[in-house]
Amino acid sequence: MSSLTEFCNWLADTSASHLFQEVLWIVPAAQSIHILAIAIAMSALLMIHLRSIGVLAQDQTRIEIADRFLPALWVALPVLLATGSILIVAEPARSLRNPAFYWKMGLLLLGIVITLAYARPLRRDPSWWDNLTGRRQFASGIAVTSLLIWVGIVFCGRWIAYVSPF
Amino acid sequence: MLEDTLTTLENLPLATAIREEGLWFPWIESIHVLALVLVVGFILIVDLRLIGVASKKRGVAQLTSNALPMTWGAFAVAVISGSLLFISNAASYWDNVLFQIKLVLILLAGVNMFAFHHLVAHDMSGWQTPDTTPTLAKAAGAVSMLLWIGVVVCGRWIGFV
Repeated sequence: MSSLTEFCNWLADTSASHLFQEVLWIVPAAQSIHILAIAIAMSALLMIHLRSIGVLAQDQTRIEIADRFLPALWVALPVLLATGSILIVAEPARSLRNPAFYWKMGLLLLGIVITLAYARPLRRDPSWWDNLTGRRQFASGIAVTSLLIWVGIVFCGRWIAYVSPF
Repeated sequence: MLEDTLTTLENLPLATAIREEGLWFPWIESIHVLALVLVVGFILIVDLRLIGVASKKRGVAQLTSNALPMTWGAFAVAVISGSLLFISNAASYWDNVLFQIKLVLILLAGVNMFAFHHLVAHDMSGWQTPDTTPTLAKAAGAVSMLLWIGVVVCGRWIGFV
């Protein structure tokens, strides 16, 4: 038996796992909070990156928009981690043996890195992305890529239910 | 008569395809989830400002003008994808209590929004800070938040009931 299988079996046998499976409202509640946290994260990211592309809020600077919406993302991510963990513990094999789950985690890592790649220079110098045409275009590229990644994360999340486990 | 309508809907070629062709439902459902998180996300941005918790330095009118077009766009996608999901199993969804409650909550959210825009929001351009935002506007924001959280919860529970 592979170590992953052993780990899933062990996790499924913990009292936490039994609790989450037996108290019927826990998993749907965790999923609902997970969805609401995604809503907060996605809308915050959209505001930041659509401003970056120049679609909205041109009357606000990049740093003003980032300062307003990045905190929402940093609140949403721990909530996603906590609720996601409940879902994993409740049914370990469902996610830990699913390719879609690992795609989701990979994209999540990428998404966070790209968001930081945009935010870090901005914090040091609020006009950094605007100073050169090349940088402005790169910021737009980051914005589009980031949005595609987060859309991918949402899709992968839903597809966990449909992709066959390995 | 209603049963006949629901059965007719279920028997549409499109509905049958969604129900029986393997990947249609997952794809449409994923689009529905994406659209709804955007709807709820943007509405939450405005509601949190109305109740004075977030975006406190931004006027409500400016915030709304940023968020509203995308909210409506996402809502349209949510309705279309939701309708496609619905027809694939019309009778069964129609009988589902959580689905019924979800529709009622969406309707109430619409009523709340209508009331807000037409009865409360005449002088929205003056609501530059939480202090200058009327109490009724805050109430509308709070009601909106509760209703949409309810929509998400009911939507998730449809699959469990």
